[in-house]
Amino acid sequence: MNRHLLSTADLRRDDALLVLDTAEQMARLSDRSVKKLPTLRGRTVVNLFFEDSTRTRTSFELAAKRLSADVINFSAKGSSVSKGESLKDTALTLEAMGADAVVIRHAASGAPHRLAGWVRGSVVNAGDGTHEHPTQALLDAFTIRRRLGTVEGLRVTIVGDVLHSRVARSNVWLLRTLGAHVTLVAPPTLLPHGVADWPVAVSYDLDAVLPGSDVVMMLRVQRERMLGAFFPTEREYSRRYGLDADRAATLPGHALVMHPGPMVRGMEIASEVADSARSTIVEQVANGVSVRMAVLYLLLGGAGADERKPDDQYGEVADR
Amino acid sequence: MASATPSSSAHRSEDGSTTGREDPGGEGGATRTVLAGADISRIISRMAHQILEKTNGGADVVLLGIPTRGVPLAARLAARIREVEGTAVPAGSLDPTMYRDDLRLRAVRPLHVTDIPDGGVDGRVVILVDDVLYSGRTVRAALDALAEYGRPRAVQLAVLVDRGHRELPIRADYVGKNMPTSRRESVAVRLTETDGTDAVLIIG
Amino acid sequence: MTTTVAAPWLLRAVRPLGGEPADLLLAGGRVAEVARAGGIAPTTAGVAGGNVLDADGLFALPGFVDLHTHLREPGREDAETVESGTRAAALGGYTTVFAMANTNPVADTAGVVEQVWRLGRSAGHCDVRPVGAVTVGLAGQRLAELGAMATSAAAVRVFSDDGHCVSDALLMRRALEYVKAFDGVIAQHAEEPRLTEGAQMNEGSCSARLGMTGWPAVAEEAIIARDALLAGHVGSRLHVCHVSTAGSVEIIRWAKAKGWRVSAEVTPHHLLLTDELAATYDPVYKVNPPLRTAEDVAALRAGLADGTIDAVATDHAPHAPQDKDTEWAAARPGMVGLQTALSVVIQTMVEPGLLDWAGVAERMSLAPARIGGLPDVPVDARSSMGVGAPANLTLFDPEARWVVDPAGLASRSRNTPYRGMTLPGQVHATFLAGRPTVLDGKIR
Repeated sequence: MNRHLLSTADLRRDDALLVLDTAEQMARLSDRSVKKLPTLRGRTVVNLFFEDSTRTRTSFELAAKRLSADVINFSAKGSSVSKGESLKDTALTLEAMGADAVVIRHAASGAPHRLAGWVRGSVVNAGDGTHEHPTQALLDAFTIRRRLGTVEGLRVTIVGDVLHSRVARSNVWLLRTLGAHVTLVAPPTLLPHGVADWPVAVSYDLDAVLPGSDVVMMLRVQRERMLGAFFPTEREYSRRYGLDADRAATLPGHALVMHPGPMVRGMEIASEVADSARSTIVEQVANGVSVRMAVLYLLLGGAGADERKPDDQYGEVADR
Repeated sequence: MASATPSSSAHRSEDGSTTGREDPGGEGGATRTVLAGADISRIISRMAHQILEKTNGGADVVLLGIPTRGVPLAARLAARIREVEGTAVPAGSLDPTMYRDDLRLRAVRPLHVTDIPDGGVDGRVVILVDDVLYSGRTVRAALDALAEYGRPRAVQLAVLVDRGHRELPIRADYVGKNMPTSRRESVAVRLTETDGTDAVLIIG
Repeated sequence: MTTTVAAPWLLRAVRPLGGEPADLLLAGGRVAEVARAGGIAPTTAGVAGGNVLDADGLFALPGFVDLHTHLREPGREDAETVESGTRAAALGGYTTVFAMANTNPVADTAGVVEQVWRLGRSAGHCDVRPVGAVTVGLAGQRLAELGAMATSAAAVRVFSDDGHCVSDALLMRRALEYVKAFDGVIAQHAEEPRLTEGAQMNEGSCSARLGMTGWPAVAEEAIIARDALLAGHVGSRLHVCHVSTAGSVEIIRWAKAKGWRVSAEVTPHHLLLTDELAATYDPVYKVNPPLRTAEDVAALRAGLADGTIDAVATDHAPHAPQDKDTEWAAARPGMVGLQTALSVVIQTMVEPGLLDWAGVAERMSLAPARIGGLPDVPVDARSSMGVGAPANLTLFDPEARWVVDPAGLASRSRNTPYRGMTLPGQVHATFLAGRPTVLDGKIR
């Protein structure tokens, strides 16, 4: 593993698989009555959230606590950050507090990369602007693997606002790394200009793609995109790109329907589809904790770069 | 599944204070084979008998192997017990990694499968099975891990090799072979299930 | 600084435009005599003992003229001052800089441009020619008092809202027309504002991957095309700032072919760097217009080589640390560039054989001087080294290599994208009207 988890674009295949394998063990532990592990006792994890995201923050918090790490929630609202403190000064403060890992959610793409240059601890990207959300992609892959046995060779269709979606970006790279075939479906206005260089197929026609999909991931579509003239009306969007019951019926029997949440029922996904047996939406939440436990364990569970014995030949040989 | 495959052919010494030094091409001049396949097979038989003797014919026994090589050893003991006594003793695995007190001493360790047999451990006689007993730290971690799964009536320890140098007040109930070693040496256990061959080597 | 007449200087064995070694006598603010190396004796020429420069191995070019410098004073003296910025300019071989108008207060009145002009004179490191704002407060709503600035002591000839585009087509037309009265030029920052809302970097494959809002090439090209058509229609002079795309080069080539009075500049960083650098998320690479693709870089080099692009201009844009030590989106765009411009031009244009030294003289000195309306501009590179030419000279060692150390630059700011890079060519001396502003690579 790298010292940080900033994007799935730089995650190697064996590292991605290590996260998924580790998450599998974490998930098994979560099934027993005593869920807490002593593993990260004495380690401090800071949740640094510049955007509200109760679900992601809670998921990371639970993951850290199950591993017995000390958790500090440092939310931007009401703190010095909202009074104009720079990200760098915040980073130096966390550094002084002895944070072993900083989990950061930020509205600016690349903010976690910057943070990683300013702190000694590990940085986990919990969503940066319209760039990436690597743990979401990892939990999606984990969910797919648990349901369908593998990710390799699957046809995964990602539908919606790809342009503004960090979830889509992280999934595109990770799914590709894991050997899936990705198709993006969106109105042309909601696909990035450079999408032709991505290792994906692109379609504007959801109906044509669904029957050949093993997994369909619906992305949230924000209503305010209408103001940017990305699409004319909600109704038209929903009609062309929403996953309603009729459309879902054209999926193969084994196909999964996924959504990173929070979803807009009736807009991008119909309630009966979201609540159907092929929907993994609730599982994704539970799997999120296991995957984040795995990530925290892999980043913090061993020696830090400064703690490792210089002659740690064993570690390099056996633990890659 | 988890990285159940050994990532190195070197023995994971339990406290990690030795490294698996060996040249990958051959074992080098300093490697000695101390137990061959037939020896190991005999030892397993003897340990199976000892377990039956000491546990009233294997009543309520659960064998939990400590990954990596404790797991096939536990399975072999269970199989031998069944051959000898006809008793089906459940065998599983218990990964103590996340309970270790030395995680920070080296790069992160991959996790292994924990597989508690149906019926659990409450009120049972749990026998932890490992390949090499050295500092005792792995066993200590395993005892902590085990406590999270329930309250066994008794916990015992079976090891293929006891090489000495304990750092904790821990001893084995069943020892395949006492093997005095120097700390500079490392003991490598090879099992067919994980390494394609049965042998115990001393390297160093 | 031409107010005091400089004492004579003898430059020995210097190579004008990289040619044969020659002795140059500078006197009365001009090149007074040119002879073969060793041909001028200091005593007979009346040169004081200390005023002989052994320039063996150094090349001479006419002093560089930067059409596009941000000196930040008044308003952001923490980032740069006229004093610090012109020191950097002199060390980079510049004898004249045009100071952009986006200061605080904005240089949109005769008072502000005269202030900047006076600051430049008192610093004395190079001539400072203020650029006047086109519109009041750079707000793009109504014209600033262009005539008052033109007739002020600063004698403004270049007007620009740089940092902002004069996006209103009618306002742009009027500005182009109005400055004809005093042979002014509108230097346009070509950026269609609606197409670049929230833009962070070049729109393309990199921005798609990095999840940053794209700044599409068309936002620049559409404005250049519109303005070229307007300039052609009203017969005015248009100058296009910091051209950054291959499409822009094509449009400018087309406009010039029409015979319209369109000129253009390119920055050193657009000749060398590409948008791949944004993958670091280090805002030292954030600039407006943004770094583009390798194809754009190639087209810009070709355009500068064939004269489609007339001039190199630095767009030297110093920023205080707190404006760069941030996440990308929060950072201000811009890079410092005065002390690295020659080196980058050598690396990107001279070494690949795209431009000879006379070409460098034309693109970095003569053409920008003409576009900026400076008086007394030599007609060509050769005459810039001849008897009677203004004694504005840059002497540099073309063989020297140096490693860019931000802390070693004269600017108050450290935001150079070339940190740690080894670049060719080092300025040894700069003469402004016969007086050395830089000797031995140090401010005199």
